[in-house]
Amino acid sequence: MGFFFETLIGGLMAGMLYSLIALGFVLIYKASGVFNFAQGAMVLFAALAMARFAEWIPQWTGLESKLMANVLAFLLAMVVMVLVAYAIEKLALSRLVNQEGITLLMATLGITYFLDGLGQTLFGNDIYKIDVGMPKDPVIVAESLFPGGILLSKEDLYAALIAAALVILLALFFQKTATGRALRAVADDHQAAQSIGIPLSTIWIIVWSVAGFVALVAGIIWGSKLGVQFSLSLVALKALPVVILGGLTSVPGAIIGGLLIGVGEKLSEIYIGPMLGGGIEIWFAYVLALLFLLVRPQGLFGEKIIDRV
Amino acid sequence: MTSKKIGDVILEVKNISLAFGGVKALSDISFDVREHEIRAIIGPNGAGKSSMLNCINGVYQPQQGAITFKGQTFRHMNSRQVAEMGVARTFQNLALFKGMSVLDNIMTGRNLHMKRNLLWQALRWGPAEREEIAQREKVERIIDFLEIQAYRKTPVGRLPYGLQKRVDLGRALAMEPQVLLLDEPMAGMNVEEKQDMCRFILDVNDEFGTTIVLIEHDMGVVMDISDRVVVLDYGKKIGDGTPDAVRSNDDVISAYLGTSH
Repeated sequence: MGFFFETLIGGLMAGMLYSLIALGFVLIYKASGVFNFAQGAMVLFAALAMARFAEWIPQWTGLESKLMANVLAFLLAMVVMVLVAYAIEKLALSRLVNQEGITLLMATLGITYFLDGLGQTLFGNDIYKIDVGMPKDPVIVAESLFPGGILLSKEDLYAALIAAALVILLALFFQKTATGRALRAVADDHQAAQSIGIPLSTIWIIVWSVAGFVALVAGIIWGSKLGVQFSLSLVALKALPVVILGGLTSVPGAIIGGLLIGVGEKLSEIYIGPMLGGGIEIWFAYVLALLFLLVRPQGLFGEKIIDRV
Repeated sequence: MTSKKIGDVILEVKNISLAFGGVKALSDISFDVREHEIRAIIGPNGAGKSSMLNCINGVYQPQQGAITFKGQTFRHMNSRQVAEMGVARTFQNLALFKGMSVLDNIMTGRNLHMKRNLLWQALRWGPAEREEIAQREKVERIIDFLEIQAYRKTPVGRLPYGLQKRVDLGRALAMEPQVLLLDEPMAGMNVEEKQDMCRFILDVNDEFGTTIVLIEHDMGVVMDISDRVVVLDYGKKIGDGTPDAVRSNDDVISAYLGTSH
């Protein structure tokens, strides 16, 4: 039983990280109707910026404090992500207003390759590490309930907490502020939003900056776990089944989709895996997403598409 | 209505021509709109009414002509700039923010009146909090005015069509516009809903002194509430004047009823 819970909790924590990346997709999709294929590249780009700035800042300034270096690196990386958002809006999106979704998707595909290349040109293409002081040692809890207790990774625990805090923050921002309201308005109807004087370009820069911020946080968490390397941009592929499961238009959907995939992956690997010869963690999420597409294409929480005839 | 004071020309369109490829939507249209008046643009389907409105609103950019608003002349307008200058609009095919509540929809109309920046809003503290409350009061007044108090928190997508049209009007009113462009505000409504809408339009004009430019293809309704009427047919202006003058205009009659041979 203890082992089951251990797997379950491990799955939930991994799921939280998937949610974090899926959230980036959902944010941009909601606000601009663009399926942002570049989210993974943004995660990599942000993580590279963070890793390298944390390394460079002490060299440039002779700063001793590691905490200060990390904070400054974080801020600087955020500035870089805002610049990226600004450039994407000015150079790509603003020229593609009112175009088909598929056109915009292709544009983000281009942005993906560009960011991958630019990131490695600016920041190098080795494996870098991000050390923001996440504790690496595991803890054992609930020893009184189960023999041997439950083994938890502290790092995962912290990561899940950070992700949860971020999600709450974003939900508040979207629901409670005037800017959040304007963002939702643009997501619903570009033209109407323009007619009441909401500036599309500013809104898009804000949305992409927020997505950049989410990418940065995701990049730091994943990066400190796995190291910052090119494969980080592939983590985003794991977020695709998450958004299919949760629904592209739903923030809670991204969270719950992520958790379901995380848990499903781990449990299926342990309990179904042996029957199929193992290794199903790799494809489990995609098969689940495929089944969902057949049964409920809008996802668990997505808006059902009803066209009036 | 008789006591209303009609002011100087506030909006003037001059020689506007608009074509989509080979299709001429508007050719050489000129007319003016005076302050505080209700000015209707009528015409059969496909006459170019909505295209005209979209030119004024900056959604379309005419190939020829100019638009003068409050003394400033523009080759063509830009949606956001128009909104900033005090022109609001409603849409023929509702363009509401469907997932949002009635209240939130109308609040978005206050966007241009919100001055506090993102950081304050995020903190939701001090001036931003006070501003939100002040804006909310104005919005509540509009909700009262349009008699949609009961639906405040309902997502607009769930409201019946007639009420959605009211919310659309409410969002435009929230901008406190000087000029209000209404694109077929009564299309698809039943008689009762039409009467309500007429009453709101007259009240807006009367109480706030808002200049109203209104598109309709139902002549009956328009003639009762407007001060002056422009008639379009196949992208050309075929009549302009008071409802009575337009009603007796031969071109207008033949456009609407067809010529008898």
